[in-house]
Parts: sequence; structure tokens; C-alpha cells
Amino acid sequence: MLSRTAENLYWLARYMERAETAARLLDVGSRIAMLPNSEQGYRNEWEALLRAGGSADAFARRYGDPVQRNIESHLFFDHENPSSVVSSITRARENGRIVRTALTTQVWDALNTAFQEMREMERRPRSAQSLSVLTDWTMRHSALVRGAIDATLLRNDGWDFLNLGYVLERADSTARLLDVKYYVLLPNLSFVGSGLDNYQWRTLLRAMSLHRAFHWAYGGEVTAAKIADFLILNPQTPRGLRPCVQAMTHHLDRLAQAYGAVTPAQEAAQALRDRMEAVTIQGILDEGLHEFLTRFIREVSGVGQKIHESYLGGDL
Amino acid sequence: MSTYFNEMMDRGAVRPPYAQLQGWVDQMPAELRNLKQAEAEALFRRIGITFAVYGEGGDPDRLIPFDMFPRVFAAQEWFRLERGIKQRARALNAFLADVYDRGEIVRAGRIPARLVYLNEAYEKAVAGFRPPKGVYSHIVGIDLVRTGPDEFYVLEDNCRTPSGVSYMLENREIMMRMFPELFASNRIQPVEAYPELLRSTLASVAPANCPGEPNIVILTPGHFNSAYYEHSFLADMMGVELVEGQDLFVEGGQVYMRTTQGPKRVDVIYRRIDDAFLDPLCFRPDSMLGVPGLMDVYRSGGVSICSAPGAGVADDKAVYTYVPEMVRFYLGEEPILQNVPTWQCAKADELTHVLENLGDLVVKEVHGSGGYGMLVGPKSTKAEIEAFRAKIIDAPDNYIAQPTLALSTVPSFVEQGVAPRHVDLRPYCLVGERIELVPGGLTRVALREGSLVVNSSQGGGVKDTWVLAE
Repeated sequence: MLSRTAENLYWLARYMERAETAARLLDVGSRIAMLPNSEQGYRNEWEALLRAGGSADAFARRYGDPVQRNIESHLFFDHENPSSVVSSITRARENGRIVRTALTTQVWDALNTAFQEMREMERRPRSAQSLSVLTDWTMRHSALVRGAIDATLLRNDGWDFLNLGYVLERADSTARLLDVKYYVLLPNLSFVGSGLDNYQWRTLLRAMSLHRAFHWAYGGEVTAAKIADFLILNPQTPRGLRPCVQAMTHHLDRLAQAYGAVTPAQEAAQALRDRMEAVTIQGILDEGLHEFLTRFIREVSGVGQKIHESYLGGDL
Repeated sequence: MSTYFNEMMDRGAVRPPYAQLQGWVDQMPAELRNLKQAEAEALFRRIGITFAVYGEGGDPDRLIPFDMFPRVFAAQEWFRLERGIKQRARALNAFLADVYDRGEIVRAGRIPARLVYLNEAYEKAVAGFRPPKGVYSHIVGIDLVRTGPDEFYVLEDNCRTPSGVSYMLENREIMMRMFPELFASNRIQPVEAYPELLRSTLASVAPANCPGEPNIVILTPGHFNSAYYEHSFLADMMGVELVEGQDLFVEGGQVYMRTTQGPKRVDVIYRRIDDAFLDPLCFRPDSMLGVPGLMDVYRSGGVSICSAPGAGVADDKAVYTYVPEMVRFYLGEEPILQNVPTWQCAKADELTHVLENLGDLVVKEVHGSGGYGMLVGPKSTKAEIEAFRAKIIDAPDNYIAQPTLALSTVPSFVEQGVAPRHVDLRPYCLVGERIELVPGGLTRVALREGSLVVNSSQGGGVKDTWVLAE
């Protein structure tokens, strides 16, 4: 397969996942902001959210105050924010258009429909579109694309590159969403373990559509340790960090087998998986959740770099 | 100009090839028609066929109107056309092989030397090089118009990279999906073999040193190009990679493409970019679309390029006049397809005729395309004609003139029902080891009443083109 084709598939998936992340961030933010007794008002939560999304500075330059309406514009409608829903879907579709022949009609249809509907939404008045409509819309279309990929695509190397894009972006995204908690809690550590704290944790689960799954898996009281375990180490969690890392190695191993050659990408992914197998939740909390997540995000990005060098540049 | 040949109705009677269609259209209620039209449009949009034919530019997501009323040729009509098209494609290739070799036709005084050697499209860089099988133009698109039952004229030849063939194929697919009963009751020859034939044509001109099955690629300028859909469609149908310049590189006298498993040798490049952009080392140094060093590999026989660089010298509007002469000179035959009578303003006596009859003529720039920079006498004001007269006198070499042709019409679906509209035809002739022509082509239709302009930028649409079996 052409390196450029593999690259387009990889980025198609990353951008689709990124659109979903933007929507989930919006969802987390709005729920945290609805909390009545938050000490410093909504402002702080929204800012925390932008910081976790990595675009706080760009936002401040463009909009100033982090009020909900501006944040919605920024995370959903802003073409200048490379991580917004519209930017992500536009780029996903652009990447898909370039490799139209590597996709099935169903996948292209799902992508193109999302894009066309999104352009419609951009033309409609903002007041007619509530935040929950926007986030639901994004997650529905992201699921449609994902479903079309799973149901119709040949399980060849292109499928592996698509999945690598998905899991790398998802690992990064879950880590960042978890990190929102860190920023939200930073101002006052006495919140830890309080009712407010638990509410925030539950919001996080809800934003990942995992609140019910959590109760099935753990039951009982919601604690920080349980949630961190659920999102980081539990091998059953759909958007969890460990399953993402396992999927990374799985798809890279498939590529190594299909191509008959092991590259630095496999080695980097395997090393990351081995570290994830060895770590305990207590170890993570001792190290500091923020520190652990920061390191994890860096390591995932390292795997991405190796994938580029090994496959997408074509200079083997 | 007063009467036009209607391909379906002749003096009140339905011509035989259209016999079945009369009943079909009579029995179709307006609601069903609208439903089908909407269905067709949805299908086109879904497939993503959105591009401007013949490089007219415009919105890349624009749909070209599809007219469901087919255009039909009887087997006998097509038989003659086919012979004429293949004859012309052979002559054009013989001409190209000659002018990059000894130039016998020039030495024989049958075409002026300056028209060939001083032509912008003449590539000195490939003079003396003979491409595999001696073929320069592998896909020849010949634009035809009809003015009577047996009267066809060649409007122009396209020897470089004629586009629009994806429409020929998709129009047929969509008609078959929407009106299967028509295909059961008419004996319509299929066109679906085209991609396979194109592939075998390209494979047949692989370099002599090619080991085993040749690796064929399509070279596109990229997804911003208006014909990108067609490039990806053809790549998909042929099962070959669609590459951009950045995907290819030259090393050790060979061309390679970058793949996820490392470099892979490329043997045949079906390029959909112009000569000037092929190789920045040989042509335009600022080109980002091409592959540095490509021409060196080409000239040493390491890779085949289709169409061959320099093929454009055969489809120039001034050279066009001499194509019938090429048929006689190289093939020793009389041309089956006629040229539109053309006056060359470069010749003093013809210039006089043109200037005296500007109001009745179509005047075109020799190097122009896409309907720009031309004068349509009967449709222009006095002032426009006078302004154009001045331009011609200023640089007569730049212009040719032709009579305004009475383009034939085919019934088409319009708002009020069915009405005749003017059409042209572009068949795609494949030239490799053999010459192949699928029975069909792209019919463009001027959907505006009275309009003779079929370009999609000016209200043109497309139709499925049927050739009936005997």
C-alpha cells in the first residue's frame, strides 16, 4: 500500500476520534459547570477543560473569557481551532476523499453524510442548537463511521492503519479527559473525596458513556481509585488506556506479520504495553495522576512518531 | 442553421434505433419521471461524481446534470464511426512517431515545418526517442458532432489526457439500476470492459526491461484537481495505485513509489498531469506535482509514460487541419471522418474570407480551449464582432475560423416534458499493442433551449450513450 494512502487512513481515523473527543470535552464541561456549589463558579471548570484539551492559550487570544457560548464556538464550530468538531470532521472527510478507493461505499457515505450535515448545521442559527444536540450529533456520526468501517472494510493493512489512528487518538483523548480532573481539583485539594469530587468523577464517566458500565464492573461507592483503575488499567473498558495500548500492539503485530518485518514501531508499542502491565493503581496515585498521565501522553505520541517513521514516510 | 437533424424523429417518424424508447417515454408519468430524476441525482452525489468535464474548473463538489433520455446509435451507424475513429487514432500516432523521428511528412511538404517544430506542444526533449510500440497517444478522445444521418464532423482531437470517461461508465451503471426493463428490451452493447481494456493497453506498452507483470500507476495532480474523482475511479476499477508526484522518486535509473513496505518499482505511468509538470528538472522547475529525474528514466526506457510527453503536438487546433492529410500520407486511405471546414487566418486568402464573413463563422484561438477566447458570429453583436476583427488583424496566426454547425438534437427531459436538445459525442479510443474502442462514449447535451454550447460550465449535461447490437 502507498505510504500516503496509509497516512490518509491513519489521519482519517485520528480526526474522527478527535471530533468525538471535542464533543466529550464539551459534555464534561457543561456537566461540571452545572454543579451548583462549585466554589469558584463555572469559569474555572471551563478553563480546566480547555487546558486539558491543549487549547487554552489559543482560546484566550481569540475569545477572552471562557464562557459557555464561546467554548461551544471554540470546540464545535471554530475552523481555526484544529481540534474542533468541524475542523476534525472536515479533515477526516478530506483524508477520506483522497483515499476514496481504499474505503467502501458505506464508509465514504457515513463520512460524507456527517460532513454534509455539519455544513447544514453551520448555516442554522446557533440558538436553535443546544449543546446536547451538538454532542449527541457528533457521537452518533462518529459511531456510524466506526460501524461502517467495522462492518464493511477488508481486514487488510489499511484496516490496521485506520485502527492505529483510532486507538492512538483515543489513548491520548482518554488520558486528557482524565487530566481535566486534575486541573479542576488543583485549586483546592480539600475537595478530594468530598461529594463534589465524586460528582466530578461521575461526570467524567458519563462523558465517556461509561457511567453504567462502571457500576456493572465495580458497584458500590464511587472512589477515585476505582475510577482511575477503570479508566486506566481495566482491560474491559472500551475507552480505557490499557485496551488502547493492547489494540496498538495488536495492529502493529498484524502489520509486522503481514509485511514479514518488525520495525521500531512494534518495539515502542510493546515497551509501552509492558509498562502498563507492570503498573498498579496505587503506584499511579503515588506517582501522581497528573504526572502519570503526562508521561503516558508523551509515550503514546512516541509510538505515533515511530509509526510515521516506519510506515508512513515510505523511506524504509 | 434553420433545421437541425433530430436523431430520434425523422419527418414525423421514429428512427429505428429509438423505436423502443417512444413507448417507454409515453408510458412514463411525470411523477415517476421526477422520482427517477431525484433518485439518479442522489446516486451521483452518493458515489461522489462531482467534477467539471474537460477541465472547466468551478466548484469541486458540483454535480453535472444527468439527462435520463439516452442517446442511441444503431449497429451500422456505429460500425462506420468506429472505423473512422480508429483510423484517425492510428494516423495521429503515426504522425507523432514521425515528427519525433525523421519528419517525413514535413519533408514531403504535406504540413508546414513551423507548425510542427515551432509548436509550443512540440517537446524537443523527446525527439529521437521511440516509446514502446511506437505509441504516443494511448487514449485518444475524438470530439464529434453530427449534422445529418450520415454526416459526422470531428470538432477536435484530444491526444493528451482526455477526461470524462468515468461519466460514460457511471451513466450506464445508473441507467441500468434505474431502468433495468430498458436493458431487457433493447440489445445494448456493454461498455463496462473499458477499465480492463485500458489496463491491458497500458500493460502492453510496459518497458522492454520490465520484469514480469508491470506495475501500473495513475499519476494525479491531487485531490484538488477537478477530475480527481475520475482519477480515483479509474485507479479503483483497474486495481492500480493512484499516486501523486510526492509518492514517486527516481533512483538508479528506475522510478519507485513509496509504500508501507518500502520502495516498489513503477513500470507504467498513466499520467493525468500536463507535460510541463512532469519533471521539474526537465520542464518547469517550479513544479511541485512532478518527479525530479523522471524524464531521464523515461528516455533510457526505464518507465513508460502515457500519453507520451510531446503527444500534444498532434491535437493542436492548427495541426488539426492536417489530420485528413495524415490519414492519406501514413495509411494510404481516404479519411472516413470529416474535419469541420477550417480557414486559417495565417493564410492571406483565407483571412480575407474570414474577415468578410465574420457574422456567420465561429472563430477560435489556435491554442485556446474550454470555449474561451472565441467568437460565435451568429450569436454576437456588431460591436463584439468588430472588436474581434481587430484582434484577428492584429495577430492572424493566432486564429482559425469554422462555419457554425447545425448540431444534431436528441430528445431530452426538460421541465415541460420532452424536447430536442443539441448534443456532441466523445468516444475514447485505446491505442497500445492493439487498437480498442468500447461501443459508446460520452454524450454531452446543451440543456438550455436553443443553446449549441454543451460545456458543463454553460448549462451542459450528460447522457448515457447506447450502441445497439446487430
